[in-house]
Amino acid sequence: MGKFGRIALGQRAGHADGSGLSRRGFLMAAVGAGVMFGFPAAPRAAQQFPATGLPGDGAFEPTIWCAIAPDGAITVNIIRAEMGQHVGTALARIIADEMNADWSRVTINYVDSDPKWGLMVTGGSWSVWMTWDVFRQAGAAARIALTEAGATLLGIPAAQCTTRNGMVIGGGRSIGYGDIVARAHPARSFTPDELAKLPLKPAADRHLIGNKDLKALDIPAKTNGTALYGIDAKVEGMVYARPKMPPTRYGARVRSVDDSAARAVKGYQRYLVIEDPSEVVQGWVVAIASTYSAAIRAADLLKVDWIPGETINVSEKDVIDHGRTQIDRKEGGVMVFDDKGVDSTFAAAASVFSQDYTCASVMHYQLEPTNALAFEKDGIFEIHAGNQWQSLILPTLAKALGRPEKSIVLRSYLLGGGFGRRLNGDYMIPAALASKALGKPVKLILTRSDDMQFDSFRSPSIQRIRVAFDGSKAITAMEYHASAGWPTQVMAPAFMPKGVDGKPYDPFAIAGGDHWYEVGPLRVRALSNDLANRTFRPGWLRSVSPGWVSWGLESSWDEIAHLQGRDPVQFRLEHLTGAGRNKGEAPDSTGGALRQAAVIRRVAEKAGWGRPLPKDTALGIASTFGQERGMPTWIACAALVHVDRATGIVRCQKLTLVVDAGTIVDPDGARAQTEGAALWGLSMALFEGSEIVGGLPRDRNLNTYTPLRIADVPEMDIEFVTNTEKPTGLGEPGTTPIAPAIGNAIFNAVGVRMRHLPIRPADVLRALKEKGASAA
Amino acid sequence: MTSFRLNGHDISVDVPEDTPLLWVIRDEIGLTGTKFGCGIGMCGACTVHVGGRATRSCITPVSAVEGADITTIEGLDPAGTHPVQEAWKDLQVPQCGYCQSGQIMQAASLLKDFPQPTDEDIDAVMGGSLCRCMTYIRIRDAIKKAAAATGGEPSNG
Repeated sequence: MGKFGRIALGQRAGHADGSGLSRRGFLMAAVGAGVMFGFPAAPRAAQQFPATGLPGDGAFEPTIWCAIAPDGAITVNIIRAEMGQHVGTALARIIADEMNADWSRVTINYVDSDPKWGLMVTGGSWSVWMTWDVFRQAGAAARIALTEAGATLLGIPAAQCTTRNGMVIGGGRSIGYGDIVARAHPARSFTPDELAKLPLKPAADRHLIGNKDLKALDIPAKTNGTALYGIDAKVEGMVYARPKMPPTRYGARVRSVDDSAARAVKGYQRYLVIEDPSEVVQGWVVAIASTYSAAIRAADLLKVDWIPGETINVSEKDVIDHGRTQIDRKEGGVMVFDDKGVDSTFAAAASVFSQDYTCASVMHYQLEPTNALAFEKDGIFEIHAGNQWQSLILPTLAKALGRPEKSIVLRSYLLGGGFGRRLNGDYMIPAALASKALGKPVKLILTRSDDMQFDSFRSPSIQRIRVAFDGSKAITAMEYHASAGWPTQVMAPAFMPKGVDGKPYDPFAIAGGDHWYEVGPLRVRALSNDLANRTFRPGWLRSVSPGWVSWGLESSWDEIAHLQGRDPVQFRLEHLTGAGRNKGEAPDSTGGALRQAAVIRRVAEKAGWGRPLPKDTALGIASTFGQERGMPTWIACAALVHVDRATGIVRCQKLTLVVDAGTIVDPDGARAQTEGAALWGLSMALFEGSEIVGGLPRDRNLNTYTPLRIADVPEMDIEFVTNTEKPTGLGEPGTTPIAPAIGNAIFNAVGVRMRHLPIRPADVLRALKEKGASAA
Repeated sequence: MTSFRLNGHDISVDVPEDTPLLWVIRDEIGLTGTKFGCGIGMCGACTVHVGGRATRSCITPVSAVEGADITTIEGLDPAGTHPVQEAWKDLQVPQCGYCQSGQIMQAASLLKDFPQPTDEDIDAVMGGSLCRCMTYIRIRDAIKKAAAATGGEPSNG
């Protein structure tokens, strides 16, 4: 039985009617609850779509990635988190296509943490790109093993057989994959060397990759209430917990706890002061109760006296100012690029452009608040939660619990939004420690305000762009500097690469600065904002640094173009020459900067760049290479914007996007990801953004935090470049060009240059007023 | 003891009167399709129908639904094939899906009031339902598709 099957049984065991319904305080008419509420009659393995259950005995597993059952059912093992990208469906297409499987028999299975899966992380827009070769090879292995066994059954040589739609065909006959497994019991396995050498299908023969008609396997369950998220996980005998959050993210110590008021809450049991040997959770107190609503109330009523940490008075401005000071100093930081001749070229420059750009803190606000269910069973500590980076939190949990990693297992659930928040699994720790202390299962849920108070939010950032020109205004050198909190340094230092100076840096706090434009000698310097790192737990947030680096870089390209009286589109194209290191490398960045030039050219054409537009209305252009040089997704955006001079309100009327992500595995999923990512970009440009006040983010809920809603959505026109290059990422790149495209459009509409995100109406009004004053 | 009808069946629960309906549905009754998002009635993930009206269950004390008829996402349609659910699947609306129970319940309610909703109707009614994956384009299209499928007649959601 699958692990989720066991949990489903565990949930059912305590309930006499077997319906999964709690009987606590609950009476109902004597009707079978399954009938009554429309529950499926059989226990459901929640993390398999469709919910067909795992293959039983006799299944053939040519690799760990898929199993073919004697009845023909194919189970594809997915190690990535399902958080809205339909990643299971996208990845299963790759393996099923290569093995020429019958798609209607494919089930996706979201696996638990086990060392055999290797690095379990879902982020960086990496999933398809990372899995592309692995799953094609695994699919080829299955196809070849089934062909050999099928040929034997058909009594003809394997070379005379082909495969199609789950069948081996040859000699005028065919036999299904399931029958082959049932009758021939194939057992062939493959070494990594053998896998790497297997012949793969040519692109022209693909029938699932790129197929526009396939539906995402996880969607039906998300329309009828049956999809199970971490917050829905239950186990017999569990108690509920809600934390009482300390006044600072780090260093707070509990002086005393008074629960006299909390004791009046029906269902309140006790409080716990969490002592975490891993030091991730510092100064947390949790209220334990028999229901979550009681835990919410009790935590509200707990009176805790803390000695706060040293960052109790840190503000957003302090963090930005500290970053500016870091950039001002020539020393410090890590050189990602440091080409010869930068300093001498600047010294000899006829003129220099220098500008700073800043971005405010941004909250994840993933709609499902962070939560975890933890308990020990048969010597194994089980953590049930949605998570994006199992391999990262496991060692931390081992340290926190004081037990070996192999005695801890993470069970995967659907994520009610990831966006990078659940790369940081810190929320599992207090659940696990509370369960250890109580000796019983604990379901810990953060309320929204708890979740936002200690979100691993996107750090405020400051970037400085300096460009040197010769006497004919040609660009001769460039410096790019950025300071922000470094999530990877704080949470996963082993994953930091080294700069050209040999020092480790956080790529997720500088990527984007290492651009593909030809600018002569280039220096890219990354600075870790240690005040940010001490004050909060900096997070990876959808599109990470390319989501804010682009704000500076692509605004500066427009600024320079306008200063020189040049067309911003043409100006960019002239510097995307694809020469030197910008010519790209096969297979990940074949074509290099010329592919970025192509998407810019196309978006300008589609959007009608240069056409006449109404007053105070304009197009703005921006372009990026997505998430990283090693896996570029070439993207360009034209934003059509109207600015109301009376109110300062910026209305985005239309976003036109052209995306080159190589082979598009899942066309509808690609479009959905780009729609969502682009609207995240718009939201961060105009609608959301927080501020550190007193060492904590100011916003704790939607009463003050205001992400984009349906009425704010512009018309969208998204086009994907058609080619057969290696697929790159799509979860985040759509975010990256939006804000600078909006900023550039605002300048084109009303002539004011915005250099801080988010762009608030008051800021636009102030800029208009200043411009009016300077004009007068 | 508070009594009400849920998805067509009589229910009585013995919980404090001010317990939010959301937690009664999720934890006492055990139906988890209704979601907890903001807890202050501003995201819409917890939307259910009370007396046919879209209601934010996270800010509705259970005492307020005494005698009421409540429908959750699990009870919207016995087969999960309400026109709104069908349109949601056809247009592949959900991404993470966490808000979608609430979106669907809100949309079903919208179509009862506005069988042929304009964009302005959709903006006004759906504006209270946050989708953090930003599936808004498809939500709008799916509402129009569901409206067309029902011929503009009031649905029974």
